Amino acid sequence: MQAPAHRLLIVDDSNVIRRRIERANDLPEIQFVGAARNGVEALSLHAELKPTLVTMDLTMPEMDGGECVAQLVARDPEILILVISALADKLTAIEALERGASGFLCKPFTDLQLNEALRKLIGGSAQALAAGAAR
Amino acid sequence: MSLEAEIGVFVAGVLHYFGTTVQQVAQCGTPHLALSERPETGDYTGVIQVSGKRSGLVAFTAPKSMLSVMLMRMQETDMSHENLCDLVGEIANTLSGNARRDFGHQFQISVPAVLTGRGGQLDYPQETHAMVIPIAWRNYNARLIVCLN
Repeated sequence: MQAPAHRLLIVDDSNVIRRRIERANDLPEIQFVGAARNGVEALSLHAELKPTLVTMDLTMPEMDGGECVAQLVARDPEILILVISALADKLTAIEALERGASGFLCKPFTDLQLNEALRKLIGGSAQALAAGAAR
Repeated sequence: MSLEAEIGVFVAGVLHYFGTTVQQVAQCGTPHLALSERPETGDYTGVIQVSGKRSGLVAFTAPKSMLSVMLMRMQETDMSHENLCDLVGEIANTLSGNARRDFGHQFQISVPAVLTGRGGQLDYPQETHAMVIPIAWRNYNARLIVCLN
């Protein structure tokens, strides 16, 4: 059997949300590898777990998601980051994308919406890889 | 934005939250101003401090039984005190964060603080009045308390 193509790190200060994202993921291409409660923990776990895909909350103590997105992308420009936040204004989403996030999902979300967003993200990455290989 | 429109933002947020997260509709009762006394808290209360263009707080308060059933509906098996605190804080965070769609980017919100214990009171400036939005879900009653200057 082929190993999952993506290693998922979940970053959210809510344990309920972390566990919910972990349970809801039904994509065989994605393997859950770890969870962090804030940006500082996420950076530490990134060095250890080498995730290829991250779900990232924005409003968190210690280090918020925006700063963490920027630092993760600086470390690994290929990393895929789906920001999952309750902050529903357009400017927040635009800022997250400008910092290097690949997608934005607004809380609250259904399991279906989460999987759609993840599928779109990794599908987009597969297309980008294919385009890169063709060049 | 008029007071009515502001209330509408939070009522819509509540209805959307329950319909999406626990996939069962909630109903909001008639919102009212807490004029004579401060609204009392339920078993668990998530409080978000608001700053920036507006200041004040948004709080969601609910009984333990309601939060436990909500966790069950989310397929969560851990009904610990910690997870109930987590959920009530997350609800307050989501409802206030969603309000930025209408209040704008300058509606800055804090990370949630959680109060436990029935009969407590929220701390907000004496000169302001809190708007209380009653919420009915299944057989449970919760309240969203919005106090913005």
